Formats: sequence, structure tokens, C-alpha cells
Amino acid sequence: MSSFTFTINGKSTTVTAEADTPLLWVVREHLKLTGTKFGCGAGLCGACTVHLDGKAVRSCQTQVSEVKGRKVTTIEGLSANADHPLQKAWVAEQVPQCGYCQSGQIMQAAELLAKNKNPSREEIVTHMDGNICRCGTYPQIIAAIQTAAKG
Amino acid sequence: MTKHFEKLALTRRGFVVGTGATAIAVMFGTASGTGEAEAAASQTIGTWIKIGDDGIVTLISPVSEMGQGTKTAVPLMLAEDLDADWSKVRVVQAGASNKLYGNPKFNHQQQTVGSYSVTGYYLTMRLAGAQARQVLLANAAETLKVPVAELTTEPGMVVHAKSKRKIGYGEIAKTAKVPDPLPQVTKADLKPASQFRLIGKDTPRVDVPSKVNGTAEYGMDVQLPGMLYGSIRYPEVQHEKVLTVDDSEAKKVPGVVKIVTLPVGVGVIANTVEGAMRAKEALKVTWSKTAPGQTYTQDRVLADYRTIAADWSKPGITMVKKGDADAALKGAAKVLTAEYYSEHVSHVCMEPLNATAWVQGDKVQVWSGNQAPAVMQILASIAAGTKPDNVTVNTMLLGGGFGRRSDGDDVMHATMLAKAADGHPVKLIWNRSDDMMNDKFRPLTVQRLEIGLDAKGDIVGWRHRIVNETYLGRVLPPPVFKAIGMHDVVSGGGGEMNYAVGNHRVEWARAARGVDVGAWRGIAAGYTKFAIETLIDELAANKKMDPLQYRLSLLKDDPRSAAVVQAVADMAKWTEKRPDGRALGLAYSDALNSHTAAVVEVSVDDKTGAIKVHHVWAAVDAGMAVQPKNIEAQMRGAMTFGLGAALREQIHIENGVVQERNFDTYQVMRMSDVPEMTVKVISNANEPTGIGEAGVPVVAPAIANAVAKLTGKRLRHLPMTPDRVKQALG
Repeated sequence: MSSFTFTINGKSTTVTAEADTPLLWVVREHLKLTGTKFGCGAGLCGACTVHLDGKAVRSCQTQVSEVKGRKVTTIEGLSANADHPLQKAWVAEQVPQCGYCQSGQIMQAAELLAKNKNPSREEIVTHMDGNICRCGTYPQIIAAIQTAAKG
Repeated sequence: MTKHFEKLALTRRGFVVGTGATAIAVMFGTASGTGEAEAAASQTIGTWIKIGDDGIVTLISPVSEMGQGTKTAVPLMLAEDLDADWSKVRVVQAGASNKLYGNPKFNHQQQTVGSYSVTGYYLTMRLAGAQARQVLLANAAETLKVPVAELTTEPGMVVHAKSKRKIGYGEIAKTAKVPDPLPQVTKADLKPASQFRLIGKDTPRVDVPSKVNGTAEYGMDVQLPGMLYGSIRYPEVQHEKVLTVDDSEAKKVPGVVKIVTLPVGVGVIANTVEGAMRAKEALKVTWSKTAPGQTYTQDRVLADYRTIAADWSKPGITMVKKGDADAALKGAAKVLTAEYYSEHVSHVCMEPLNATAWVQGDKVQVWSGNQAPAVMQILASIAAGTKPDNVTVNTMLLGGGFGRRSDGDDVMHATMLAKAADGHPVKLIWNRSDDMMNDKFRPLTVQRLEIGLDAKGDIVGWRHRIVNETYLGRVLPPPVFKAIGMHDVVSGGGGEMNYAVGNHRVEWARAARGVDVGAWRGIAAGYTKFAIETLIDELAANKKMDPLQYRLSLLKDDPRSAAVVQAVADMAKWTEKRPDGRALGLAYSDALNSHTAAVVEVSVDDKTGAIKVHHVWAAVDAGMAVQPKNIEAQMRGAMTFGLGAALREQIHIENGVVQERNFDTYQVMRMSDVPEMTVKVISNANEPTGIGEAGVPVVAPAIANAVAKLTGKRLRHLPMTPDRVKQALG
């Protein structure tokens, strides 16, 4: 066991864990930020997507030792009052069904909008294709990203 | 009426509305508390509606929310006739009780299955709302000293137009008394559709805000003081037993508290989730090799099922019997025979199965996202060795259900671990591999259809034999299964059809081969409609009729079905020529008591055999559309589910071992796979019917019909993978 200090949602935190513990479990079960979801444990579904220094990563494929001294943002820290344009658009378009994948979808989409203010449909699909939604909310996700991009 | 209802009915502040087996308890209360307090009150006294003196109306949702939107739609129907102010309505999840919350149309079982929620609770909710409103009106009449006939309601308040006075529901609640006798209501007292404020108005779903900010609580998210984590090493072949365990390496994993041999595998209890999962992998276990599944390889099973399907002398359960199909076939000018195969498919809910249990003495609490709270109560009680009444079930949000979360194996196994955890709660989490290898797959199915035709090519007799493993036979106690005549509508249903066929016989033959099967979104219709609807196209071709006109001719006495079929044809511009290399296919389904039709436009890559679906049009008549946009979303989602099963998803089992363990080998539809989908919801005054699954059955046959139109080849094996298409094309 070792200690790792990093910033999560703007606050410094220190956790004690094995160095190769997936960031996913540190976030969800050590820090109790359960908005980040476990889906596949293999980087195949995107449910666990968080931002590491602003870049979307799969937290199930990121070891806690890799985030030492870095900035992690989860769905809980994406905006102050759930008012990120994507979160508002997600409500306006009534995107979620079961909702389990949606934290990951929003975090993945937030990375896209941060670097591309006005993505085409094709760019959206390419960027989002690693995030599975078993309920099949894809058309609504695309609509919500387009709504958020329009501002 | 149960004892506590009697007690409640006697108080001045509570009363019971509804009749027969479904009684709805209403309470006037003080300011509304937290959701937890309301839930506790609901569990102890069965309160369904609470009207607080602050005007907040708290309603119970008896059904589980797994994305289908019923946590909104079911209470909303009650709020409509109560004329509640929706902005002041709070929805609380019910506890476990068939008696209090059982679905009136599902044998009073509290199960969220079979697309039964809105349809099952519809009248009960509306009548309860109307009756509770009458109680409010009676109280307001007394307070305002006016005849009750002069009063009307606006959302959340009673209005006396003559004197321009208004009195809020919260105000009434402060002093409300229960009138004696209680006002009675009938269907005639329900609000007319022209006055609806909520039904049909696309009210935003109550669960959505929590699902965009990380606060939604799924079973997986439960956190409790002193909670430990559980993981279970399961046998590779279902139902094998533990012979020996070497846990020397597993015990060295940091955080491991205890390793315990269970009836279902070897359990690890640890104080971290990562420790539990690592230790599980480090276990060395030998297993028995006696389970029937040892010999299960699907090609072999399929060949076996084909023999049973073709032999009508083999025993079967009659699912449909109209006229005399056997005699009609004997006398037919021509018999058209076709066989259909469908492979196992997996639920793969995005949230892998999990449950948290806490055993304290003979009391048990469980937390799980489940579709059947009362079933969970029983299973946890068995695992803990206590009475069901000693088990409290907290139903959390479900990260997908699709039929998988009725079984309760997660709850049972978590309780087994918790029993060994010395008073600590234990959260059992399955990884994706556990989830897929222990899934209760849609059954592998062989169907044989034999259609007798007269000299003109018209149907004179229709025989349909379905061969697969039973679901209900596994989950129901044997006497109960026997009592329903072993009529397994989940595995062997779906043979019914609205088409005018006089002599109709459908038989289901159970063929157990050692792999557990389950209810998968769309249940049997997911494969029976594939067979029926592609065969209808063949029969149309045989009669040299357009498939649309042929269907309309068979549905001429069923205007709602015909209207849906015509509507989707119009949407897709059925008669318009398509670009080269593309064709349209049509299918209709009456499954789930709803009328659904779809047209797809497809192309086929000759070299790879890959089918591409370019556009899907769908029309659905599920009666009164309570939440029309949500119905559209459900249709798109269900059709996406159907696309996966039609084109790609299949589980391979080799000698009992499930081969697919994650999304790399078990590929579901991704964003880039989904075609444009246009959905039309036809709403009318009929009572609402099922919608969560209605979009699944039409997809595969519509695709197969389009491919046949394009290539002349009939595809009869699901999924229609590139390999199978190439083989069919020759």
C-alpha cells in the first residue's frame, strides 16, 4: 500500500491503495464519488470516463499511481450546479433512459466540445463511438451535443 | 382489506381508495420529509399518496425504473385525476409487497416485466386519483361553506369560481377529515382527455436530472457504514459445485477479510473492492464435472432441436389452438414449410449485476436494482435462513434490466456472503465476465412452421412448433408452473397473431439441455415474429401480392393493426423506387398487446455479406400515449436492441463454457451502427398497452424481408451475420 495525492474536482486528496488499483475504484469506492460507473473493466464501454488534466480517459484503465499530482475531474465536478451546457442539453433532450452510461457519455462529449465548438454529426459519432449505451439513446445523445454546441 | 388498512381507514387523517384487491392508502400529513422517511412510511403503513400541509404530494412508484420512464408515467396517471400540481409532486420508490403494490394486470405481483407497468396500473391510478380528489373537494366544500357541485380544481387547488376563492391542497390537508361515507368514483368520473394537463403532455421524467450530475443511485452505488466488498468465483460451467479450494495466494491479497465456500462458488469478502476482485482471481478451485451443461455446444443442441421441431408426435404444450390445423394441412393443395433458428443473446445491462446485503441476527436488508422486489425478499430470506417478513428490500435505480433483473441470483448470493460477514453489510459486484457467463440468455430456439394453402394460395391451416428451454419452469415453483399448464409465454409464447387464420395450432416443446435461459426484452416475440413475419412475405410472394397489400388483406377485420401497417408504409413511401442496391422490408407485430410496424431500408455488401440498415421507419399504436416522446425514445431504444439481435449479437457455448465475456467479443450496437429512425406514435382513447419491448420484434423480420427483396434469398437464422448472409447468397 502507498499514498497518492492528486486533485479531484478541484480539491486535493490523498488515498492509500495499491499502486495498480484502477482509478475507477479509487473514485467510486474510496472517495465515494459514485457518478463514475463500472461497466466493463477493460476500456471497451466508456461508462467510467473521467477527465485527467482535461483529457477524457477510461478510469478502469488508469492506475492510481498514474494520477499522482494530476487533476482528475468526474461528473460531480464537471460544473458547479449541473449547469454545464451538455448537462442542460441532456435534460432538455431527455437523453437518459436507464442512465447508467450517461456520466461517461457526458464526460466524453465534454472533451469534444472543449476542443471543437461546433462538431459535425460525423465528428460527434467518431468521438463518441467508444461509449456504449445499451438502452440505445444514441440519437438523443447526438441531438443533445448539437444543442449544447449551439449554446 | 388488511389489518393496517382497517386501522388507517378509521383514523381521521387517512383513508383507503380503490376497490377489490388493489387498495390505495391516502394520508394527510405534515410537511413532507426526506424520501427515505416517506419510503419507510410506505413500507410500514402502505401509504401510497401523502398530501402534506405544505402542498407537497408524495406518490409511490410501485414499479422499478430501468430507463423505461415508468417512475414518472405511473404516478403521473394518478396525479392527472387528483389534479395535483406536478411541480409539487415527489415520487418515492415503493418497498417490497405484492399485497400493497402488486400489478393488477400481472396477477398482483410486484414485478416490472412484460411491458405491463403503465397498462397494469392505469385504471387503478386514475381512479385512486379521482377518488382522493373527491375527498379534497368535500373538505373544501365544508371549509368554504358551499355546495361541492360548485367547486372545481386547478392543479393543486380547489376553486370556487362564484366567490373567486381558492384553497390549496396543502391548506385543505391541515384540517382535512375523511368524509363518511367516502365518495365513490367510477370510470365515468375520470377526467376527459380534452382536460388532460399531464397525460400526453410529455412531462419531463423525474429521474433525468439525477442522471446527468452523478447523483442517481443505482444498486452499484450503495455505501453503508462498515460495508465490505464481495466477489464470487463461479464455475465455468453453470451449476457445477466446488470440490477443492486452494486460497493460499488469495489470502495474501491486501484487504482480504474472509474466504468462504458457498453453494454457488467460492466467495471472497474484503475491505476493498479491488482486493475482493484480485483475491477471486487468485483462488485455485477444482469443480465437479457433473452438470448437464457439460455437453452443451449450441450447434449440437440446434441439430437436436430440429428433430424435435419436425416431429409433432413428440410431447408439447398447446399455446394456440383455433379450428383444426392438422386436418386443414392434410387437405391442403400445397404445404409451405420453413425452419427458423435463433441463437442465444445476452442482456449485458451496462450496470453489471450486483447487490448489497446486511444480515443482523434474523433481520436482513438488501439493496438492489431489481425488477421484482417481493421475489428478492423471498430469495434473501432463503439465503439468510429467515422469514421473508424479516427482509427489507430497497429497490434502487436499475442500470438496465431488459428482463435480467427479475431473477435475483445477485441478491441471493450477496445475502449468502453477508451471512458470513459477521454483521457487516457486503456489496457483491460481478465483473463483466461474471455477468456474461452467468447470464440467463434468451433461449436458443428452433421453430418450424407448416402452412397449408388452397389452390388460390390462401391460407387454410397454420402449424407452428417452438422448441427451446423454459424460463418460467426454472423460476416458478413446480406446483405453480403446473397450475398454469406449463404455459411458458416467455420461452414458448409469441405464436399468437392478429392475422385472419382460421385453423391455427402453436405448440411449444421444452427441451432442457443444461443452460439457464431468461426473459430478454421482447421475450418470445423476439424470435416468433421473425419466423411469422418473414413467412408472411413468402406467402405474399407465393400469391404474387405486394407484402403490404397482403398484410392489409389479412388484417381487414382489425382496423387498428391495419392502420399501423398503412401508416408506416406511408412514412417510408413504400411504393417509391429506391436507389440501386437498396430495398425495403416490412414487418408487423401485435406483441405486448400493442400494434407495431416497421419498414427498413437496407443494402448488402456482396463481398463481405454485411447488411447495412440505412433507415428505419416505425409506427406504434399502444393506446393512449401517456408520455408520447418517451414512447418514441423507447421505440428507438428497443429497435436498437432488436438491431443487435438481428445482425450481430450471439453467445457461443462450447461444452457448457460461455465464450463471450466482454464487449470485445460480444458486440452490441454502437453510435456508428445506428441508422436514422423515424417513429410515429398513434395515440387514441384505448387503454394504454405495453411499450418498453414493442420495438424489438419487428426489426429482424423487416431486415430479412428487405434482404429477400434485394437478393431473392431468405435468411432464417438469427443473427444475420455476414457469414450467414454470404452462405445464403452462395
